[in-house]
Amino acid sequence: MAAAASASVSSPGLGLALRKLFRRKVVLAGAVALVVLVLLALFAPFASPYDPSALKVLERLRGPSALHWFGTDEFGRDIFTRVVVGARYSLTIGALTVLIATVAGTLLGLCAGYFRRLDTPIMRVVDAMMAFPDILLAIALMAMLGASLFNVVLALAIVYTPRIARIVRASTLVVRELLFVEAARALGVSTARILFRHILLNTLSPILVQATFIFAYAILAEAGLSFLGVGVPPEIPTWGTMVAAGQQFADQAFWVVLYPGLAIVIAALSLQMVGDGLRDMLDPRLRKSL
Amino acid sequence: MTVSTLQKTVARPAPQAEAATALLDVRGLRTEFRTDGGVVTPLLGVDFSVAPGETLALVGESGSGKSVTSLSIMGLLARPAGRIAAGSALFRTRDGASVDLARADDATLRRLRGRELAMIFQEPMTSLNPVLPVGEQIADAVRLHLGLDRQAALAHALRMLELVEIPAARQRLREYPHQMSGGMRQRVMIALALSCEPRLLIADEPTTALDVTIQAQILVLMRKLQHELGMGILFITHNLGVVAETAQRVAVMYAGRIVETGTVREVFKAPKHPYTRGLMECLPANAHRDERGQPVRLKAIPGQVAAPGRQPPGCAFAPRCAFAEPRCESAVPALAAVAPDHQSRCLRWSAL
Repeated sequence: MAAAASASVSSPGLGLALRKLFRRKVVLAGAVALVVLVLLALFAPFASPYDPSALKVLERLRGPSALHWFGTDEFGRDIFTRVVVGARYSLTIGALTVLIATVAGTLLGLCAGYFRRLDTPIMRVVDAMMAFPDILLAIALMAMLGASLFNVVLALAIVYTPRIARIVRASTLVVRELLFVEAARALGVSTARILFRHILLNTLSPILVQATFIFAYAILAEAGLSFLGVGVPPEIPTWGTMVAAGQQFADQAFWVVLYPGLAIVIAALSLQMVGDGLRDMLDPRLRKSL
Repeated sequence: MTVSTLQKTVARPAPQAEAATALLDVRGLRTEFRTDGGVVTPLLGVDFSVAPGETLALVGESGSGKSVTSLSIMGLLARPAGRIAAGSALFRTRDGASVDLARADDATLRRLRGRELAMIFQEPMTSLNPVLPVGEQIADAVRLHLGLDRQAALAHALRMLELVEIPAARQRLREYPHQMSGGMRQRVMIALALSCEPRLLIADEPTTALDVTIQAQILVLMRKLQHELGMGILFITHNLGVVAETAQRVAVMYAGRIVETGTVREVFKAPKHPYTRGLMECLPANAHRDERGQPVRLKAIPGQVAAPGRQPPGCAFAPRCAFAEPRCESAVPALAAVAPDHQSRCLRWSAL
């Protein structure tokens, strides 16, 4: 019986799935870049000897050198240090946005797809929100909420929730008609359990793919909001606030905007590449083998 | 009667139609669906009963209402379109209480489903959740109804897989449905349905999607399990060969009504409804040879079941019936007693 008890949900196919995912070089490159960024963000205090907010006016706008790899900004702060610390903020904002948007969007999508009576009210609101351009809606929400780190996350989560809701609803509409859902009902399984154990589990792959893309969009959108001055307060070093502050010096000191800009590009691009790979792997119509 | 058939007759439980002892007693069950084209009524009043330990086969062609009957009993009609309009389905639970499944509320039905009533579906390929290991799926049901903890439930699931004779059950427990063949999956479905030892099993064409050798194995298995667990089975099929294999009694359905019912032996030996007779003549085994010994083309019953809502006022089978008389078309015939446990809904049964 001990062996039977240990027969838990293990995924023997995980190694195989990862190998299949990384068979494409682009996906592997994206994943590596992502891991490097995350590690840098995690170990930011150990990545450089400088204080990200120590002012050294004499050292201002120095070009990249052995001492300051990415140069210094208008207050003499080390840009490499600030990019690494900025990774913490930018990635955290992106991750929290994805988390909130995914949870909220999944709940809304499941309800809209499963309960016919909730479908119209939920989806019309979702449609209305999706009719606005992302960044415009985010700016409007920020104007209402006021500039703060948490409000950026909240505004972006509100902007991206409808996307998840749409996808989850579409998958739910398909899955709920499958026979195993009826079979579960024939076993006396409750509605909540059918929703979360049977339907949600079968809609996870599109959610995962979409969440990866939203992560990328959220990083871009945060940078955009901060650049426009309606995002994160300027004293917090995110990649967006750094580009925003550096733009007026860009003609004399390109490195001030180049490196945080590059960080944004790398983060967004690598997430997109991983997302593409996940989609190709999880969508059976695009899958070449198996 | 030979000695062996005599023994069989004695060994089988005497068919009991009385409501007092029946496990499931369905009376006048009428189910409606609201559609854009108005209300259709696929079940026009169905009566039958299943005794404990007995197998009742429900036979009929596509569209006769077999599956709607099973869904009505299970309370799984697609709502709000489908509803039980009239009739009762009295079910005797294991603690002796009698529940009318036609009127029970959702919570009651949910408690009974899986524990007291279980169902096996026709399509083993899609009746299991593709993203959960089969052991988990069985354990889920067990935890839900028997209140076992996770480990005990998984151990129970293993016993169930062994009971349905799945080789290497311990390994199979951890496998996903896509790693199994159709026959294996149907065994898992049976294990799932029987995991809480239901009193009544509704098997909706459980072998139709399987190939013939596997069909026979599954039927033998179901008979064995019925013997061990003593449950009643409502076996829905359109395969008369399967009926002869598995059931003690048979109810033939046509256009939402039961047109003939009785012991399998009697109905098969002397069908007293032209429709049952037609079904029997469709069997290749009963194909005749002409005077020169050449095989005659298989007979088919001409026409189709009338769509619900467009049925004639009289006997629904009359338009396709070779024995029909003008009086057949005036009113729906009542069930006539042909023998003590054999009834036919035909005015001319004595002429057959």
